Amino acid sequence: MATFSDVPSESFRLSMLINDKRYRAYTFQFIALLLLIGAFSYLGYNLVKNLQSAGLNISYKFLGDPAGYDINQRLIEYDNQSTHWRASLVGVLNTLLVAFLGCITATIIGVVVGVLRLSNNWIVSKLMSVYVEIFRNVPVLIWILIIMAVFTSVLPQPRDFRGANATASMVADSFAFTGRGFYSPAPIFNDGSMVVVVAFILSIAGMFYYRRYAKKALFERGQMLPTFWPSIGILLIPSILVFFVMGQPISLEYPALKGFNFQGGIYMRASLISLWFALSIYTAAFIAENVRAGILSVSSGQSEAAASLGLRPNRIMNLVVLPQALRVIIPPLISHFLNLTKNSSLAIAVGYMDLTGTLGGITLNQTGRAIETVLLLMAFYLTISLSISAIMNVYNNSMKLKER
Amino acid sequence: MSRTDNIAFVRTDMLPESPPPAAETGAIKWLRENLFSNVFNSILTLISLYVIFQLLQGFLPWLMGGVWTTSSLRECRDVLDGATGGCFSVLTERWHQLLFGFKYPSDQYWRLILAFVLVLVAISPVLFQKLPRKLLYFTGLFPFLGFWLIWGGTILTPIVVLVGAVAGYEAFKRLEHNSFAMGALGGIVAASVVIWLGGFLSSSMSGFIALEQVPSRDLGGFMLNLILGVVCVSLSLPIGIALALGRQSDMLIIKWICVLFIEFIRGVPLITLLFVANVVLGYFLPPGSNFDLILRVIIMITMFSSAYIAEVIRGGLAALPKGQYEAADSLGLDYAQAMRLIILPQALKISIPGIVNVAVGLFKDTTLVSVISMFDLVGMIRGPILASTEWNGVYWELWGFAVLLFFVVCFSISKYSQWLEQQLRTDHR
Repeated sequence: MATFSDVPSESFRLSMLINDKRYRAYTFQFIALLLLIGAFSYLGYNLVKNLQSAGLNISYKFLGDPAGYDINQRLIEYDNQSTHWRASLVGVLNTLLVAFLGCITATIIGVVVGVLRLSNNWIVSKLMSVYVEIFRNVPVLIWILIIMAVFTSVLPQPRDFRGANATASMVADSFAFTGRGFYSPAPIFNDGSMVVVVAFILSIAGMFYYRRYAKKALFERGQMLPTFWPSIGILLIPSILVFFVMGQPISLEYPALKGFNFQGGIYMRASLISLWFALSIYTAAFIAENVRAGILSVSSGQSEAAASLGLRPNRIMNLVVLPQALRVIIPPLISHFLNLTKNSSLAIAVGYMDLTGTLGGITLNQTGRAIETVLLLMAFYLTISLSISAIMNVYNNSMKLKER
Repeated sequence: MSRTDNIAFVRTDMLPESPPPAAETGAIKWLRENLFSNVFNSILTLISLYVIFQLLQGFLPWLMGGVWTTSSLRECRDVLDGATGGCFSVLTERWHQLLFGFKYPSDQYWRLILAFVLVLVAISPVLFQKLPRKLLYFTGLFPFLGFWLIWGGTILTPIVVLVGAVAGYEAFKRLEHNSFAMGALGGIVAASVVIWLGGFLSSSMSGFIALEQVPSRDLGGFMLNLILGVVCVSLSLPIGIALALGRQSDMLIIKWICVLFIEFIRGVPLITLLFVANVVLGYFLPPGSNFDLILRVIIMITMFSSAYIAEVIRGGLAALPKGQYEAADSLGLDYAQAMRLIILPQALKISIPGIVNVAVGLFKDTTLVSVISMFDLVGMIRGPILASTEWNGVYWELWGFAVLLFFVVCFSISKYSQWLEQQLRTDHR
């Protein structure tokens, strides 16, 4: 009887490149690589040809030239003699500013709406579903434009604040909401204010330390320390004491009506406000769905079990439901933050000068350097999203259910 | 033995049933349980009622007192004469502009309406399994018919492409038993030969059953959103499937090509890709070639959505139990067969909600083309209509209309996807 312990070793034939599973993979990869190289060299050849015929070259020198345009909303020093590079930097900071503000407000609104949508109050939950459905199903660009239109047409103009019979008035004499933007008091840091700031930072650290200590006491000795009032006390009392001891070094500068406009204070343009607001309520609709799904994903048996152990409702929320729900909520939440950041590039529609407005808008039009600017633009957004997804991977790994 | 009928305190006749107390039935009970169960809830209810009242108070008179038949904002204000009401006449007066853009020849609107009706017919057998399967042939025909209706020109052009596609399919069928790759290659070669040969025919007889030719920069309005949405979603489905399979593949080079493509596209905002379509893509095309803007935009949006669809389908592939792959292998199916017959039908079923989400998101994102100065619905409103002297300042009516259109389309798509999910649920729950 013949045994087949040794498969007769076939010699390699050319047809095996197609028919044999072991070699076919190499054939396909080789073909794919060839096609890719072919495609890229074709595109590159076209690019070189087109650039030659247009008399252009790829160069980033234009970044050093004076930009020659003004940016009205800026966080750092900039004037129209600054370079294009500086203008892009202003744009980057503006993008980050609106993304940061938007993420915070979107989270707050989203969590509130998501929780209220689960409320057993019929009318409230219906109202919240209407909000979520309306905002999720209409493009964010339309919301940005609508809110911009509402701001400029509904809110009073600065001139309405003037005169004896003004039709509009400032809120608490310090905030002015006008169609051109919002004015609010700005803090002015005098000598010695650093001490107050340092004291405040230290008390934040102290508060976290106390909360950790209280948690440890609860887990190790079963001793329940109050956390809410002590945290607030630790947070505020030392800073307030230092503030008065140092002789009130931080004061507020109030916006005041001078001429045809407000002067002083913090001025946020209508474009920033409407972009911020629109992005927040649009993204909040998605976050609300997220939060709702997360809370629903914790089975009711968990909270019932906790209740039967004798935990109080707020402790059930803090110790049992939230830790499990957060695992479901946070990964999509972060991708919504990412979407918000990417959507902030729509700022160009309302004239807010973010990176797309400065680098991808005016700089591109002035210099005609399309390839370079668009590449830089993409590189910026890629960096942001790749670093956020890296952070998310780390988080997911640390939060993964440790099984078996 | 004690007898109950002569004991004084035992009742012998039952009391008649009385209705439950008013607080425990009907509307009052419902109100108490759902709206006023405690103090906090009652406050919330009152606040929401107040909000609803305020909204309706502002909205209803505006809607009811609306003016529908004037030709400019000034006339409308004269008619209103200080009363509250919307100037909806901007919608009636600019109706065709809002839907079809401002350049499409107005005597040809019937083509667009016909194409819209036919696309609904063509999509319906895909959406509803109960409709006769024969309709699917019409679905296959529609892309060619729709192209001819919208862009015009001789009918020979789409017919040649259709014949090419049929020839390609036949060649694929013939060669498929050999191997899938062979079949696909043969199909592509056959299709390109037929289309190339047919090109001579259609260019020599360009007047044969020809509709008036409309250049694509004349497309606009909500129709442009619909065209971009439908075309890009349908193109990006096969590309997305291919990318997802490539990302799962064991072949390292192919895997990394797919990973890089997907992560790059997902990392940048759509608007930068539209900038690429607008100002950069031209540099990479052969000198002298003249791709029009819509085609370039379609290419970029398709790339964008196929990356997202690929990620959704990858999720579906990953959710399948490993046993399915192994079962397919043990039946002796090769890769293409296993994927087509076993893996993809199940994986696609799982990913339907995600795909629909991407489709809705993409349809909403088609409004971004207004930023690169194309005149879709948003572009029409911002550009020609709001900038015109007649209608400068009619914000609410126009934006309300845009919100309504998008809401109706997107909301019904997402409701459909929920319904489909229930239909496809084959496990017992």
